Amino acid sequence: MPDLKIVGKAVAKPDAPAKVIGAAVYADDIVLPRMLHCKILRSPHPHARILSIDASAARRIRGVKAVITGEDLPIKFGILPVSQDERALEAEKVRYVGDPVAAVAAVDEETAAAALDAIRVEYEVLAPVMSIEEGLEQPKDERIHASRSLPANVHRLQSYEFGDLEAGWARARHQREDLFFFQGNTHLPMEQHSAVAQWVDGRLTLWSSTQVVHYVHRALARVLELPMTRIRVIGAVHGGGFGGKTDPFSHELVVAKLAMITGRPVKCTLTREEVFYAHRGRHPVLMWVRTGVDEDGRITAMHFRSALDGGGYGSYGAASVFYTGTLQTVTYDIPAYKFEGVRVFTNKPPCGPKRGHGTPQPRFALELHLDKIAQEIGIDPVELKRRNFVKPFTRAVNWLRITSCGLEECTDKVLAASGYATRARRRGRGMGFAVSAYMSGAGTAIYWNDMPHSEVQVKVDRTGVTAYCGAMDIGQGSDSVLAHIVAEELGVEPADVRLVTADTDSTPIDLGSYSSRVTFMAGNAALEAARKMRALLVSAVAERMGVSGDLDEIEVGGGRIGDFEFLEACELAETRWGALSTAGAYTPPRIGGPFKGSGVGPSPAYSYSAAVVDAEADERTGIVTVKRVWIAHDVGRAIDPLLVIGQVEGGVYMGLGEALMEEQTFRKGLHKWPSMLEYKSPTFLDTPEIETFLVETVDPEGPYGAKEAGQGPLLPVIPALNAALFDALGVWVDETPITPEKVLKALKDGRVGPKAFPAVPWPEPIVVAPPAPDDMRIGAELEAAFAQAGGDA
Amino acid sequence: MLNELDRPVDRRVLGIRVNGEDHQLLLPVHKTLLEVLREDLGLTGTKHGCELGECGTCTVLVEGEPHLSCLVLPVQLNGREVTTVEGLAAGSELSPLQRAFVDLGAAQCGYCTPGMLLAATALLRANPMPSNHEIREALAGNLCRCTGYSKIVEAVELAARA
Repeated sequence: MPDLKIVGKAVAKPDAPAKVIGAAVYADDIVLPRMLHCKILRSPHPHARILSIDASAARRIRGVKAVITGEDLPIKFGILPVSQDERALEAEKVRYVGDPVAAVAAVDEETAAAALDAIRVEYEVLAPVMSIEEGLEQPKDERIHASRSLPANVHRLQSYEFGDLEAGWARARHQREDLFFFQGNTHLPMEQHSAVAQWVDGRLTLWSSTQVVHYVHRALARVLELPMTRIRVIGAVHGGGFGGKTDPFSHELVVAKLAMITGRPVKCTLTREEVFYAHRGRHPVLMWVRTGVDEDGRITAMHFRSALDGGGYGSYGAASVFYTGTLQTVTYDIPAYKFEGVRVFTNKPPCGPKRGHGTPQPRFALELHLDKIAQEIGIDPVELKRRNFVKPFTRAVNWLRITSCGLEECTDKVLAASGYATRARRRGRGMGFAVSAYMSGAGTAIYWNDMPHSEVQVKVDRTGVTAYCGAMDIGQGSDSVLAHIVAEELGVEPADVRLVTADTDSTPIDLGSYSSRVTFMAGNAALEAARKMRALLVSAVAERMGVSGDLDEIEVGGGRIGDFEFLEACELAETRWGALSTAGAYTPPRIGGPFKGSGVGPSPAYSYSAAVVDAEADERTGIVTVKRVWIAHDVGRAIDPLLVIGQVEGGVYMGLGEALMEEQTFRKGLHKWPSMLEYKSPTFLDTPEIETFLVETVDPEGPYGAKEAGQGPLLPVIPALNAALFDALGVWVDETPITPEKVLKALKDGRVGPKAFPAVPWPEPIVVAPPAPDDMRIGAELEAAFAQAGGDA
Repeated sequence: MLNELDRPVDRRVLGIRVNGEDHQLLLPVHKTLLEVLREDLGLTGTKHGCELGECGTCTVLVEGEPHLSCLVLPVQLNGREVTTVEGLAAGSELSPLQRAFVDLGAAQCGYCTPGMLLAATALLRANPMPSNHEIREALAGNLCRCTGYSKIVEAVELAARA
């Protein structure tokens, strides 16, 4: 790798100055001439049939410009092609308290709210389904969604067997079973979702606080039956997502429709209560795991079951089920592995992707389960985990391809810094250790196509350089990644690179800021586009300098190309060819195994993390206080270490919130606490010092070796905290969050956690022959091998 | 006076002083300072996270003291001076605190940033060299979901030293 001048340097985020002076324009800050305000009427019942909607009184209110119901937006949508089960406004039935049924556009918010009060909806109330267990029982009235083939309220059922389970169990000296429950929780972005639509001359423009302008673009085209060429989606400055703004939402479709009807701009900003109903957050997951180990503590076989409480709609749920079963194998070498997963519909706001999407729950279970095995057979838990760590450049039993892997180094860092091995032992104080892995973007697009996952254009003319990318900076710093990479290649400073992002009219496709994919995918696309541009600039300069042959001797850097200032080089190039554009694209390698469902889990690279949590637990009050967290994260290479550390610290904080207090729970069909006061999240005083170590394994396929940082570091924190509680008081809380009540109950009973896994009608497993551990083939070569072996890839 | 809904509404002409500028506005008395700043004065730098006084996002200064603008009615102000995020920089020169937030990455999505800046500005005026704990205590009413708070504490410490 040549000397890097910009990559690896801490540089302030390009959008930060506008944010500290109040100049950044978020979606709710947009005010257009003649703009109307929209409010949405939502179901007060968790489960009901809609018998009639009478909006005539609402329409008569002065200042009300339009009222729409499900009849106006009948086409179903959903983020996954297999789950097109939502309507912008429900017309037939409602599936959770907060499900949208009608919408009003009026001259101001107060008038719109009064109009909602005037809409009469007649419901036939149905028995609600409020838990995983109820979702598996025969429904009292009717299924939440009709299904021809699946029983009870089951949404998805999966069963897989990788490798020789029987041989694995036979080899095991010890076997252990455990049950865990991970409570649901929500993203709680500081910014409420907001969207503004404008309809002029048959063209729709939507500004939205979305993580993925492309998916919103697709949903608008589908539901409004407009060609994509007539729709422009612009990502406004983004006030936080964490996965919660990755689905297309009702309010985005509704304001668009209302703008089309009224001919005026329409804005809808959700209230905080509505944000809790929009949700798409962490699934509550009940898990059962059984593992066999040999006399050295090496895993011989594992059987993992998960049951997900999906809420009222599909959202990303079909993928979420897979994610609760796939990444177990990318931290630990599991030679034989069985996974069974079920997701049920319930009458709650739909669950979806939250930071770590479907993997924090099984990571919680797996880490604590291994801790318990270690304790049972008398091996130090860190040692037991280390003995089972995967090796770099190997292939897991479920075909996931592991490339760069910094598990060992991450573990060394946090053990050394925390003094874990030599910690003082006293009752009430303890340390816990855990590791994890996460994807640098999903290897397969959510809607099937062969096109690149990210595309970047770089333009140069006499005024300098501009990079165009569809990725949305949601605060994580994706704009910085783009600017760093283009600046590195063209030999300028990041501030010299103008950025145009997240605008479907002017930027090429990027699949958005979720799945931790932007640095890896948009980064690689930017690298390709910038390198092409560099070659053009160098060749224009070479021509003027009279250099021929090896153009590598023309130096690029420090704002110069060869004998010329960067802008002079741009002028030379423009003189030679006109204004220049180059394009770069990134398509992940095809690495999935030869079986149906192998598209979820493969990633071009995995990040790795290890954490030690130091906590105090008061046996009188049950209060757990986190004193310090040490975390090491294998980010491949830190494009901007300041921002990577910011992502790690934010992930640790969010993990602690989930571990200690955050829970989205319900009573009699109602959300228990849809407010920021009652939905507890950590404050400054609840958040400890976090010591972060970045480990750089330089991934062969990442841009300059970079991997993800936004999601992975959340994962080990949660089990490490529960392990610290065990270290402090000798009791297990096998569920999240660890509330003081649970600690006190655990002190009485020895353990708090689920007692049984419900009966599930598991299907016959899909039996998959495992790869050779050193089989690193990808793409056409791998697929040809499957074809030859008679596989169904 | 009647509003669009034919409901009586008490509107009053109020004088309000924001960032050193005087404004005379005809306002319904129930309109919050947050709404007046954003909707009547176009000062959209002040953000909102709950409009119930729970998250600290809409913090502004009233006579230098942090207040939640979603819970303040302009009729209560009686001519007292309001400072918003737009009033922190000296012309185009960022305040040391704003500079520190930029340089240390204390603003990620940036949505809580205006409220944080104002609460921290008030802290540094009252206590120019606060300890780590004093910073955490003073800002504990302001929620942030991105940063894990570490970079914000560091930025306040850096600004205190500036």
